[in-house]
Amino acid sequence: MSELLITGGTVIDPAGERRADVRVVDGAIAEVGTDLEAGDGMQVLDATGCVVSPGFVDLHTHLREPGREEAETIETGSRAAAKGGFTCVVAMPNTDPTQDCVSVVEFVRRQGVAAGLCDVRPSGSITVGREGARLTPFAELAAAGVRIFTDDGSGVQDPLLMRRAFEYAVDLDIVLAQHCEVARLTEGAVMHEGRCCSSFGLPGWPSIAEELMVHRDIELARLTGGRVHLLHLSTAGSVELVRRAKADGLSVTAEATPHHISLTDELLAGYSTLYKVNPPLRTMADVEAVRAGLADGTIDAIATDHAPHAAETKEQPLDQAPPGMLGLETALGVSLASLEGAGMTVVDVVAALSWKPAAIAGVDDRHGRPIAPGEPANLTIFDPTEAWEVVPATLASKSKNTPYVGIPLTGKVKHTVLDGTPTVIDETPTA
Amino acid sequence: MNDSKQVLGPDDVRRAVTRMAHEIIERNQGSTGVALIGLQRGGVWLAEALGAAIRRIGHDVPVGSIDCSLYRDDIGLRPVSPGSVSDISFEIDGATIVLVDDVLYTGRTVKAALDAVTDYGRPRAVQLAVLVDRGHRELPIRPDFVGKNLPTSSGEQVAATAEGVSIS
Amino acid sequence: MRHFRSIGEAGPEAVRRLLDLADHMAEVNRRPNPKVPALRGRTVCNVFFEDSTRTRLSFETAAKRLSADTMNFAVSSSSVNKGESLRDTIETIAAMGVDAFVIRHKSSGAPWQIGQWTNAAVVNAGDGWHAHPTQALLDCFTIRNAFGRPDGFDGLKIAIIGDIKHSRVARSDIEAFAMLGADVTLVAPKTLLPPVTDGMPVTITTDLDAVIGEVDVVYLLRMQMERMTEALVPNLYEYTTRFGLTPERVTKLAEHTLIMHPGPMNRGVEVAVDPSELPGSVITQQVTNGIAVRMAVLFDLLGSGANLEDES
Repeated sequence: MSELLITGGTVIDPAGERRADVRVVDGAIAEVGTDLEAGDGMQVLDATGCVVSPGFVDLHTHLREPGREEAETIETGSRAAAKGGFTCVVAMPNTDPTQDCVSVVEFVRRQGVAAGLCDVRPSGSITVGREGARLTPFAELAAAGVRIFTDDGSGVQDPLLMRRAFEYAVDLDIVLAQHCEVARLTEGAVMHEGRCCSSFGLPGWPSIAEELMVHRDIELARLTGGRVHLLHLSTAGSVELVRRAKADGLSVTAEATPHHISLTDELLAGYSTLYKVNPPLRTMADVEAVRAGLADGTIDAIATDHAPHAAETKEQPLDQAPPGMLGLETALGVSLASLEGAGMTVVDVVAALSWKPAAIAGVDDRHGRPIAPGEPANLTIFDPTEAWEVVPATLASKSKNTPYVGIPLTGKVKHTVLDGTPTVIDETPTA
Repeated sequence: MNDSKQVLGPDDVRRAVTRMAHEIIERNQGSTGVALIGLQRGGVWLAEALGAAIRRIGHDVPVGSIDCSLYRDDIGLRPVSPGSVSDISFEIDGATIVLVDDVLYTGRTVKAALDAVTDYGRPRAVQLAVLVDRGHRELPIRPDFVGKNLPTSSGEQVAATAEGVSIS
Repeated sequence: MRHFRSIGEAGPEAVRRLLDLADHMAEVNRRPNPKVPALRGRTVCNVFFEDSTRTRLSFETAAKRLSADTMNFAVSSSSVNKGESLRDTIETIAAMGVDAFVIRHKSSGAPWQIGQWTNAAVVNAGDGWHAHPTQALLDCFTIRNAFGRPDGFDGLKIAIIGDIKHSRVARSDIEAFAMLGADVTLVAPKTLLPPVTDGMPVTITTDLDAVIGEVDVVYLLRMQMERMTEALVPNLYEYTTRFGLTPERVTKLAEHTLIMHPGPMNRGVEVAVDPSELPGSVITQQVTNGIAVRMAVLFDLLGSGANLEDES
């Protein structure tokens, strides 16, 4: 029998907030109460001054394996996830080979189990090879455990194909997720199209390229009765479209990244590739609209879009460097620092990081659960007020392309518990 | 400037200029082929004053100016800024050039001026006229015409204009 | 001044100082032996990732007239094609002992990225759509000399015509002309303008005929043939009709108006007459002035710059 005691913390879960200790036995929560005693052989995690919450769930992580192992592997990515407080991540399918068949999906799942640091749930692509031409076998992949399907990295450009995808998926318990980008409008684009790109002399990614596809998929969902999840929303216009779709009662969910609630396009003045990302960093007005969207529930979840890239690929001119930034280890720190002013409490932020994405990912049988006896022990213990700064050398991720060096963050993960076993103790991964 | 001491007044300067003008004409047995070139920036007023003095004694010589900041040997070691653009509107080939500067010190500016002038052509001879020689030469440069010899210490500054010469 | 990468980064004081220095360099260039020992012992490396014989020669001549040693690195023969990263390329060259890099790159921002990987001075010979500051300097120098305006361009009206959106020359010229006090008008269709133009110190119009008689300088930009595939203008004939310097428009020019072009010209497109027959054309002076201006930049970066009384 393995026992774990988490003492001195404040428990936050869907039921609310309360001071309590938590005892975990053999992977499940056994007792929640005050002044629980540590017995012999019990491992103790000190949560004084900390929040004890359900483990975070990332709807959007790039683990790069198979195909780009120089940037990250499933093992190093899982470690980074655990350090960031995540007990579950949805692995994006733009690997090489693509996660469009059972063998690749199974490989990713097994590698996640072998690493043992995070519950890795592979997503599937919507089209074979993400080429936008033929649908992947949704039912076969769903039977293998895949719940979220997306061509992320790009959007499905062909409206007829997307309509068929929605229609075909309607009676399967899966979620189609879209990276909304009309490719024809963003050819060669390197940053947001606006005043900054005009003076920096860089080709721009207009907001409308995202909003047109957001609108299209909302309407296709309406037409087909289907369900759609919109990835990394970045513009004020997109937020407003989703707000109206929800008001109309449509099955639409949405996520936003920590960088889209904290960074703007002005940062590209120095042409640093650390700030190049798809969709791009936008204006302060967009940042505020996305924050407001999270605050009023229009945007359901915070998802990192963790996108590691090897250093030499980022040491290229801006138009040649790949887009993307790390996110797993800074998600909490950036979110708390950015959302306080938007009227979100720590409970609201935790909801957006754990039980809301858990529901969308269909993992809410094991993650984002109430902290109560009998529930699986997937937990995050974090200090919600600790101020800190990123030191690239201490990141668990294999790559170091984070834009947050030198930016003050609020909130640090101290311990993470996966199925009752700590994966991070005192900010240090256990493996 | 603290404790500035005037060692030559405006009349002294005028007399020195007149004397030097006579010496230049005497040494060159007239003014044929002679031209004055003032070193920027300090030598320009003196070259013009010498030119005027030479005219008063019945001769006429062309007067130009040269900026030698592009020839200095300490480029990159200390800030330097060019004065006005060099103005040499006469032939250098075969001429007797009298370089003119206000104060002669280490000799490095004169060397730079020599390099600059020879880039315009090949003079028959180059002579040097200075109002003040304050010593401390670092190169084998000697003046042909001197207004006043003024021993100084290297910590002192010498300022020389038509209104007078002072040490501080 | 540590680098010369854009007019904005250099600032108005540096711009004026460089224009004054260019006067000295122009005088050097008028001599029978146009050479001074000012940068002897210094090494200037031209790193051109984008082909440009004329600009590269201009920089090389400038460096040589200052007695600097020059190195040339042209991308087609380099290891960049073999996958060596930009950083490795710069660090390898820097290790050979380079005092200044002159960089031309098709990606905007390359000179700033390069600045992170070397202590040498970086001169921007053109980066993507973003900046071409030595071109702007030589354009200002040309206008300054033609109109005798060493004090600045207050009251001067300058029209820049053509593909502003993709033009680093236009961006740098706009910065420099406005910095010196000129009134700048852009003449272009919306498809050839940057997406957002409010905040730029310019007036914008599509009516070339309305302004052509009123301006002191007509600055023509190259209309690139490649733009045809991007639906930016329907065809070149329409472009020339609306925005080209046609024989009719030439008759409307004021007598003193200067005609300028950064080269190379697309004859029949942005300029539909023989430029050598335009009395106001200063296009050849632009090229000559390019050397003087680039000498000024190299001297200012590698020689010196501040005011100090010199001692003999």
